[in-house]
Amino acid sequence: MPVADLTPELALLIGAVVIVLGAAFMPHSRQGWLAGAALVALTIALVAVIVQWPAAPSLTFTGVWILDAPASLAKLIILGSGALAVAMSPDWMRSDPRHGEYYALCLFALLGAMVMAAAGDSMELLLGVLLSSAASYPLVAYHRGFAPALEAGMKYFLIGALANALLCVGVVMLFGLVGDTDYRVLSAFLAQSDRLALSVAMGCVILGLAFKLAAFPAHAWMPDVAQAAPAPIAALLSVAPKVGAALALARLVALLPVEQGLTWLLALVSATTMTLGNLAALRQNDVRRLLGWSSVSQSGYALMAVAMIGRATDAATALLVFLAAYALANLTAFAVVVQLRGRTDLDDYRGLVRSQPLAASLLIVAMLSLVGIPPLVGFFGKFLLFEVTLAADHAWLAVVAVLNTLASLYYYLRVAAVMTFSRPAGGVSVLGHYSRFSMLAGGLGLVASSLFIEFLMRSAGEAMLAFPP
Amino acid sequence: MLTVALFAPLLGALVLVATSRWSSAQARWIATGWSGVSLLALVMAWLAFDPSGALFQHVDEVQWVPSLGMAYRVGVDGIALAVATMSAVLFLAAIVYPFDTQGRARQYYAWLLFLHGVSLGVFLALDLLMFYVCFDLTLVGMYFLIGRWGHGEPQLAAFKFFLYTFAGSLALLLGIIALYLSLDSPTFDMRTIIEQQPLAGSGTYASLVFLAMMLGLAIKTPLVPVHTWLPQAHVDAPGPASAILAGVLLKMGTYGMIRLPLAMLGETFARFALPVALLALLAILYGALVALGQANLKRRIAYTSINHMGYTVLGIAVAASLAGGHDEARRLALTGATVEMVAHGLITGSLFLISGSLWQRTGDYAMARYGGLARRAPQLTALTVLAAFASLGMPGLAGFVAEFQVFTGTFAVYPWLAVLGVLGIVITAALFLDLLWRLFFGRLPEHLENFPDLNRAEIGVLGVLALGIVAIGVAPHFLLEVVEASASLLSGGR
Repeated sequence: MPVADLTPELALLIGAVVIVLGAAFMPHSRQGWLAGAALVALTIALVAVIVQWPAAPSLTFTGVWILDAPASLAKLIILGSGALAVAMSPDWMRSDPRHGEYYALCLFALLGAMVMAAAGDSMELLLGVLLSSAASYPLVAYHRGFAPALEAGMKYFLIGALANALLCVGVVMLFGLVGDTDYRVLSAFLAQSDRLALSVAMGCVILGLAFKLAAFPAHAWMPDVAQAAPAPIAALLSVAPKVGAALALARLVALLPVEQGLTWLLALVSATTMTLGNLAALRQNDVRRLLGWSSVSQSGYALMAVAMIGRATDAATALLVFLAAYALANLTAFAVVVQLRGRTDLDDYRGLVRSQPLAASLLIVAMLSLVGIPPLVGFFGKFLLFEVTLAADHAWLAVVAVLNTLASLYYYLRVAAVMTFSRPAGGVSVLGHYSRFSMLAGGLGLVASSLFIEFLMRSAGEAMLAFPP
Repeated sequence: MLTVALFAPLLGALVLVATSRWSSAQARWIATGWSGVSLLALVMAWLAFDPSGALFQHVDEVQWVPSLGMAYRVGVDGIALAVATMSAVLFLAAIVYPFDTQGRARQYYAWLLFLHGVSLGVFLALDLLMFYVCFDLTLVGMYFLIGRWGHGEPQLAAFKFFLYTFAGSLALLLGIIALYLSLDSPTFDMRTIIEQQPLAGSGTYASLVFLAMMLGLAIKTPLVPVHTWLPQAHVDAPGPASAILAGVLLKMGTYGMIRLPLAMLGETFARFALPVALLALLAILYGALVALGQANLKRRIAYTSINHMGYTVLGIAVAASLAGGHDEARRLALTGATVEMVAHGLITGSLFLISGSLWQRTGDYAMARYGGLARRAPQLTALTVLAAFASLGMPGLAGFVAEFQVFTGTFAVYPWLAVLGVLGIVITAALFLDLLWRLFFGRLPEHLENFPDLNRAEIGVLGVLALGIVAIGVAPHFLLEVVEASASLLSGGR
C-alpha cells in the first residue's frame, strides 16, 4: 500500500489523536498549547502537500484516491485556511477552560474537506462529507452557554442530517445503477443508464454537496453559523468545506456527458444562490450575518465554474483561482472580526478607520476583493469565471453574476462607509497578539496573491484528472 | 518615462500613508513634489515624441500574467499623450489649490495622488486588462474623496457615483472579455488587437461586444440618458475633486471610445456611427438646456460638461463613420474631439476650482445669493470670465479651436447634425453670460461685504490653467501636431 501518498492526511489524523489524548490529561490552564500542536500538524501536512506535488494526475489506493494538481491546490487552500483559523483561536477560546478538543475537531473537519477534494470514489466522497459534518456540528455549538450558538448548531445539524442522508441515498442509487462506486466505472457506464434514476441520484448528490457549499437550497445554516458560532469556526466553515465540496462536485460533473443537462441545473442553482445571498445581505445590520450571506452568494459564483466543467476548457482553473481568492478574502474579513472581539452590530463599526486603522483597512481591502475590484486577487477569480461562462456560451449567467456583483457592492460599501465616514463611538478593545498576527497574515496573503497571481494561475492551470485516466 | 509618470504619484501616496509625522502643509508640499515629477516625466515624453513615427511610442512592457496574455504595458500615441499631460497638469493644480482638509491632510493628499497615478494608468495603458484595472481603481479613489471631504449628502453622492459607474465598467468588462475570446491566440495587448481587428465582418456578436463597451463608456462620459449620476456627484464633491472628476475622469469615457471601439472595432462602430452621433447631439442640446435652467452654480457647470462631452462624442462618431471620400473631415473631427478633451479639462477644471473657492468663502452654491462681486474681487472676476468665455467657444481661446474642428468635420459628413449642434453653442453662450451676470454684476448682497479676493496660490494655479487655455487658442500648433499624427493613423490609415 502506498501509504506515503497519504502523508498530509495522516499528519492531520495523528495530530488530532495526539490532541485528543493531550486534552484528556493536560490541566485546563495549558490547553491553549494544543493550538501549537495543531499548527505543527498543519505545517507538516502543508509541507507534505508541496513536496509531493504531482507532476501528472494519477490514482492511488486502488483508485479511490486522486492525486492531481487541483486536489493538491485545494488541499493547500484548506490547510492554509485551517492554519489561519487555528491561529486565531487561542485568544478567542481563552475564556473557555476546556477547549483542547476544539483543535482536534478542527483537524477532523479539515481532514474531511481534504478527503472530499481528493475523492475518486463515491463512498470516499461520502466518508469525507460525513467526517467534515460530524466534526463541524460540535464546533459550531462550542460556546455551550450561549443560546444563539446552540441554535445555530442545531440548525446546522438538522439541515446537515437531512442533506447527508440524501447524499447517502444518491450514492447508493449510483451504486445500484452501475454496480460500483469507482469513478472510472461510473464514467464508463453512467451514460447508458436509466435517465430518470440517474437524474434522481445526481439530484440527491448535488443536494448533499450543496449543504457543504452553503448553496441553495441547503444554505440556511450559513448566516446563523457566521453570526453565532465561535468566529474562528465561522471563518473555517465558510471556507474549508466549500473548497472540498466544490472540487468534489466538479469531479462528479466531469463524469457525466455534457448533454446530460447538469449544466443547466447547476447554472440555475448558481444563479439562485448568488441572487438569494446578495438580496438577503442587502438589509443586514449585523456584520457577521452579512458576511455569512455574502459567503452564500460567493458559493453561487463558484458554482458558475462548476456548471461549465466540460464545456469550457479553463473551468477547473477558474474554479480554483476563484476559491483561493475567496478563501483569502473571507478569512481576512473574519480575522478582522475576531481581532475586534467578534463585534457584530454595524453601528459598532462606526469610525473604525480612525480608532483601528489597520483592522479597518484590511476589512475594506478584503471586501473590495470579494466584490472583485482589480487588481486584487478577487478580480482575477471573477474575471476567469466570466471568461469561462462567456466561452461556454452561457452569457446570461455572466450577466446575472454582473448584476449580483453590483448588488453586492452596495452592502460591502455600506460597511466601508460606516467605518470611514462616521465618527467613532467609544473605545475599541481588541483581542490579542495571535489574532492580530493571523489578521496580518491573511491581509498579507491577499496582497501577495494579487501580485503573484501568475503563480497561482499556473498551479491551478494544471490538468485535472480526466476519467477514464 | 511613462512608468515614472505612472508610479511617482502612487509612490508618493504610499509615502504619505506610511508616515504620520508630516504636518498638513508638509503633506501638501510632498504631494506637489511627487505630482510634479510625474508631470515632468510626461513633458519629457512629449518632447521626445516623434509625430511622424510609429503609432505607439515610449513603450514599456513587463510580464504580469502571461498565461492570460496580460502584462504591464504602457505606451502613448498623440491622443493619449495630450490627454495624459492635461490630466497631470490638472492633478498638480488640484493638489496645489488651497483646500480645507478638515484635519486629515495626509489622507486627502494620499488619495489625490493615488487617483493621479491610476488615472494616468488609464491613459497610458496599452494592455486592455490594465486599462480596465485602472479604470475601476479611479472609482475607489473618487469614492473616498467625495465621501470623506464632500458636503451636502456626500456619502449618498459617493455611493451613487460608485454604483452607477461600476455598473458601466462591468458592462465594459464583459465586452473586453468577449473581444479577448474572439482572438485566435488570446492576448490583452492593444497593439495586437488593433492590428488584427478580430471582429471585423462578424455581425451580431460584434454588435453585442460594441454595445456592451459603449454602454460602459457612455455611462462614464456621460451621455444622455445615462448621465444622472453626474450632477449630484459634482455638487457634493469638494472643489478640487470636482475639477478632477470633470477634467480627468469624464475623459476616460471618451478616450476609451477612441482607444477601444474606434480603434479595435472600427467596422462595427461605422455601422453605429449615426446613432451615436444622434445621442451626442441629444447630449449637446439637452445638457445645454438643462444647464440653462439650473440655479445652483455647480450644477450648471456640471451640465455644461455633459454638453461639452457631447461635442467630443460627436467628433468621435464622425471619425468612425465610413462615409467615402471624407478622410480629411474625419481626421479633423477626431483631432477636434481630442482637443476638446484637453480644452474641456483645463476650462472646466478652472471653473470647478473657482466654484470650490466660492464655497470655501461662503459655503453656498446658489447663484441667487451672489452678485456684484466684480468690484470686491476683480481677479476672481477676470479669471472666471476668461474660463467662461473659453467654455462658450470664444475665438482665440481653447474651446473654439476644438469646437470649430469638430463642427467642420461633422458638416462634411452629417451636415444637418452640425447645423442642429451649433444651436448648443448658442445656448451655452447664453447660460455662461447669465452666470457671469449673476455672480459678478448687479447689486452686492450685504453678507458679501467682506468677500476676500483670490489669494496668491489660487491666482497662481488658475493663472497657469488660463495660460494653457490661451496658448491652445492662439497657437494650437504644438498640440495639433502631436494629435493629428495619431488621428490620421486612426481615421485614415485604417
